[in-house]
Amino acid sequence: MSPGLWVVVAVLGATTVLGLLWQRSNGRMRDVAGPAPARPLVPEPPSGHTASPDRPGAQSRAGSSDRAASSGAEPPAPGHPALAGLDLDLSLPVTLVQFSSAFCAPCRATRALCADVASRTPGVAHVELDAEHHLDTVRALDIRRTPTVLVVDGAGRIVRRASGLPTRSQLMTAIADLV
Amino acid sequence: MLLDPRGPRFSAAVTTVVLVLVLITGSGWLALAQAVVFALSAFRPALSPYGLVYRALLAPRLGRPEELEPAAPFRFAQTVGLGFAAVATVGYLAGAPVVGTVAAGFALAAAFLNAAFGLCLGCEAFLLFRRATHRPVQSRVPNPAAH
Repeated sequence: MSPGLWVVVAVLGATTVLGLLWQRSNGRMRDVAGPAPARPLVPEPPSGHTASPDRPGAQSRAGSSDRAASSGAEPPAPGHPALAGLDLDLSLPVTLVQFSSAFCAPCRATRALCADVASRTPGVAHVELDAEHHLDTVRALDIRRTPTVLVVDGAGRIVRRASGLPTRSQLMTAIADLV
Repeated sequence: MLLDPRGPRFSAAVTTVVLVLVLITGSGWLALAQAVVFALSAFRPALSPYGLVYRALLAPRLGRPEELEPAAPFRFAQTVGLGFAAVATVGYLAGAPVVGTVAAGFALAAAFLNAAFGLCLGCEAFLLFRRATHRPVQSRVPNPAAH
C-alpha cells in the first residue's frame, strides 16, 4: 500500500469516531451546578440582593467547586452576573438564551425549534444573541460552539445548557421542571 | 444568499472522493484542480463546480428543499479548504510529498466530517478563533467605591 492510502484509512477511521462523538453530544443538556431553583439548599431572599462580593471580571464557571462551596454559605446571587449586562427580559419562568453565529448552519434549525417551543409553551421565552457581538459574555460563560442554548430561570440563573442542535424532546425535558 | 443545504453536502462528498484520490496518487495537479474548485466555491458559490453538478443532476430529482441555509458557512468552509488544498498542491508539486500528504489529510478529515455527519469543522472552529483573537469589550462592573 502507498503511504497515502494509509493516511486515507487513518483519517477516515479517526474522523468516524470523532463524528459519532460529536453527534451524540449535540443538544445534550447538562445541569449547571449551583443553587438550582427546583431544589434550593437555602431559603431565598425575596429579591434584589446586589451586594454579593463581586467576582472579578465576571469570570463564571458556575460549576467550579470553590464557587459552589462559597455560594452555599451565603444567599444565592440574583441571576448570573454574565447575563446581567445583556439587558435581557428574564421575567418569565424560562428564557431560552441562544448564542448563534453567522457561520453556523444548525443555528437556524435551533432558532426555529426554540421559537416554536416558546410560542407553544406558556411561560417560555426565546432570545437569540450573536456570539460575535457578545464575545466577553461568550468568554465568561465558556461558550465554545454555536449554537449554545442556556435554560435561564425566572431569577436569571442558568439552570442547564446544551451545545449543538437539541431535539424537541431534549428541550422539553430540560424545561419541564421549570414551567 | 441562501442555499439548498443538500448542495454543500453533495459537494463535500465529491470533495472527499477527490481528496482520497489525491492522497492515493500523490498528484499535485489533482490537488490543484480541487484548490480551484474551492476557490470558485468560496468566492462565487453560484459557480461552484460541484454545486452546478448537484443542481443539474440531483436537485431536479429530489424536489424542493424544506429549508434553506445561509451561504456564509459554506463559503467560510470552502475558504478554509482552499488553504489546505493550496498547501497540498505546493507540497506535491515542489517535491515535498509529506507536506502535501499532511495538508490533504486535514482537508480530507474536514470534507469527510461534513459529508458523513454534517459537521462543519471550520464553522465549529470559527467561534473559538474569534474568542481567542478578539479583545473582550470590557463589561460594566459595579463600582466598589459606591457602597
